Amino acid sequence: MGRVRLVRGNVACARAAIAAGCRFYAGYPITPSSEIAEEMAALLPKVGGVFVQMEDEIASLAACIGASIGGLLAMTATSGPGFSLMQEHLGFAALAEIPCVVVDVMRLGPSTGLPTAPSQGDVYQARWGTHGDRPSIVLAPASVREVYDLTIRAFQLSERFRTPVILLYDEVVGHMMEPMELPSLEGMGPVRRANPVDLPKDYLPYAADEDGVPPLVSFGSGVRYHITGLIHDESGFPTQDPAKVSSLLRRLHEKISRNLHEIVSVEPFLLEDAEVAVFAYGIVARAAREAVQEARARGMRVGLLRSSVLWPFPEDAVREVARTVRAIVVAEMNLGQMVYEVERAAGGRAEVVGCFQVDGRPISPETILDAVSTLCAHPSPSGKSKGGRLKEGN
Amino acid sequence: MIPDVRTYLRPARMPHILCPGCGHGIVLGALLRAFHRLRLNPDQIALVAGIGCSSRLVGYVDVCTLHTTHGRALAFATGLKLARPELTVVVLTGDGDGLGIGGNHLIHAARRNIDLTCILFNNAVYGMTGGQLAPTTPQEGVASTAPYGNIEPPFDSCKLMMGAGATFVARGLAYEPLALEEMIARGLVHRGFSFIEVITDCPEYYGRYNQLGKGPEMLMSQKRRTMDIMEILATKRFVVRDRPEVRAWNLPYRLGILHEEERPEFSQVCWQMVAGREMV
Repeated sequence: MGRVRLVRGNVACARAAIAAGCRFYAGYPITPSSEIAEEMAALLPKVGGVFVQMEDEIASLAACIGASIGGLLAMTATSGPGFSLMQEHLGFAALAEIPCVVVDVMRLGPSTGLPTAPSQGDVYQARWGTHGDRPSIVLAPASVREVYDLTIRAFQLSERFRTPVILLYDEVVGHMMEPMELPSLEGMGPVRRANPVDLPKDYLPYAADEDGVPPLVSFGSGVRYHITGLIHDESGFPTQDPAKVSSLLRRLHEKISRNLHEIVSVEPFLLEDAEVAVFAYGIVARAAREAVQEARARGMRVGLLRSSVLWPFPEDAVREVARTVRAIVVAEMNLGQMVYEVERAAGGRAEVVGCFQVDGRPISPETILDAVSTLCAHPSPSGKSKGGRLKEGN
Repeated sequence: MIPDVRTYLRPARMPHILCPGCGHGIVLGALLRAFHRLRLNPDQIALVAGIGCSSRLVGYVDVCTLHTTHGRALAFATGLKLARPELTVVVLTGDGDGLGIGGNHLIHAARRNIDLTCILFNNAVYGMTGGQLAPTTPQEGVASTAPYGNIEPPFDSCKLMMGAGATFVARGLAYEPLALEEMIARGLVHRGFSFIEVITDCPEYYGRYNQLGKGPEMLMSQKRRTMDIMEILATKRFVVRDRPEVRAWNLPYRLGILHEEERPEFSQVCWQMVAGREMV
C-alpha cells in the first residue's frame, strides 16, 4: 500500500480504474474531467495499457467499445457537452452488450454553460440520454475515497451485467483533494478479459444464462460472430420477428431489474425517529449531512437518505422512508430532477419538497438547514397521511 | 482461375439485401478473393462497418464482424486494432458514412496511420435511406433531396486522404473487379492506413433519378468516365448539363494506386511506447 496523501477526485478515478483492470482509455479533453485523461495517459503505459486521445467524444466511446470487444477493460471520461455526444454510443453499448465505463464530471449547463462550476444537471441525461428504451446503471460518489471505490464498482458491474456503467459526479468532487491511501501500482501489468471456456459447438453469442447475461467472447479469440446495433436474436444477427424483438429488449431490462440487490446502495443517517428526511447524492449529500447534524443539535428530528446509486433508482428505500417521515427534502444542484423520482416513490405518503440551486456554487449546509427548518417549524396541516404536491423550497 | 470464396461467406444469411444491379457485391467479391489470395485466417480478420448499404455487407462475411453506428466504424476499429494489433481489421464504409457524417474519423485515422484497410463504396448517393444527396453526388446530379440538381460541389476523397496522411491511397471501379482485387490485396498487406475508394453504382436511386440506365449501363459508364473528357461530355451520362463550371467538377477520376509511402504505423508505435515503460 502507498502512504496517505492528498488525492484529487479525478486522480482517484484514474487510479481506481487501473486497479480495476482497465487497460484502455480513449478520451477527448474537456473541463472539468481532463485530469482523468492526463492521469491515464501517464499510468496506462506503465501497466501494459493503451491510452489514445481521439478526435471527439463520439470517437472516444466508439474506441472504448472497440477495445472492449478486443478484450480490454475500457473507460472514457467527459463532461456535459461531451456526454451529450456520447449518448448514441451508450445506446450501442447497451444493445450490443459491450462493457465499458463512462465518467461524466458534471458542470453547469446547458450548452457550454459554466465549464468550471459544479452541477447535478445530467441526472436524467445519464438515465434517458440515448434514444430508445434501455436500463442504466449510474453511480454517484460523494468523496474522493468513494470515487475510488465506485470506479472499481463501475467496472465490476459493467463486466457482471455486460452493460455500460456511468460514474456521475460533479466538478467539486472531481477537483477537490482529500487524504487517502492510494494502493501502489507495483505488480500491476497487462490484463485481458478472460474468455468463457467450454463454449458449446452451437454457441449463440446472445443466448443468455439464467440471469439474463450472455457470456462475452473477445474478437480474435477463435470464435467468429456478429455484433450489431440493430435489434438481433440470440445468434447476433438482425431480426424483425416481434417475439424476438420484444424478448431482447425485455431481457436487457430484466438483467438489471431482477438483480437490483446487486446494484442499489443507499446510506440512511439518523432516520429512525426522523419526521423530516433529506434525500441527497454526490457532494450535496455531504452538505445535507452537516445540515442534519445541525438540525439535530437544534432539536429537530431530521435524517438523511443518501444514495450512491442513482439509477436504478432506490425505490424501495425511498418508499420505506416516506412511510415514516412527514416530509422529504430533495436537495440537488439543478432545478429538480431526482425529486420527481422521489415523489413517485413516495406515492403521496410524505410531502416532497425540492431544495434546488443552480448558481454555479455547491449547495451549503445552511441552505438545506433552512429548507428543513421551515418544514419542522410548520408541519403540514393535512398531516402525513395525505402527503403533498411537489414544491420548490428554496 | 477465380477462387471459390464461398468459404468466407455465411450462406445462412442469404438472400442478401442488395438491389438488382447494385455494384456492391462485385466489390465484396474482390475483397473476399483478396483474403483468399493472402491466405488470411478468418478468425483473425475483423470486418467493421457503419451504417448504409455497403456497411450491411459485413453481416454476410464469416469473420469477426462489427456493425456499428453511422459514420463511426473507423473509431470503433481504432479501439479494436489497438486492443488486438494482430488482427487484420478492415473497415467498409460508404460515401455518406465515411465522407459525410464520419469525415472527422476518416481524416484522423489517416493522420494516425493506423493499420486499417478502409474500403469506401462511392455510389454518389445515400442508398439505404432512399437516394438523398451525398457529399460525392456530382454537381447537377438529381437526388431525392436535390430535386433541381445538386448545387454543391462533390469532393475528391483520395485527395482528402493524401492530404490527411494516408500512406496507401487507391481508387478502383466495380467495373474492374480484378484490378480492384489487386488494389485491395496490396492495401491489406500495406502496414498503415490504406484507403481504397471504389466507384460503384446505385441503379435503384441515383441511376433512376438521373436516367443513367440499370446496373450494366451504369457499370459501363464508370469506364467511360475514366476515358476522354470529350467522350464523357458526349455521352452526358454523369455530366448532366454542358456548363464549364460543371465540367470542371466532373473531370474523370484518377484510377489505380495513387499514393504509397512508408511511415510508422500507429498501433505498433503505441505498443512500443507501452513496452518501454512497463514496470513489470
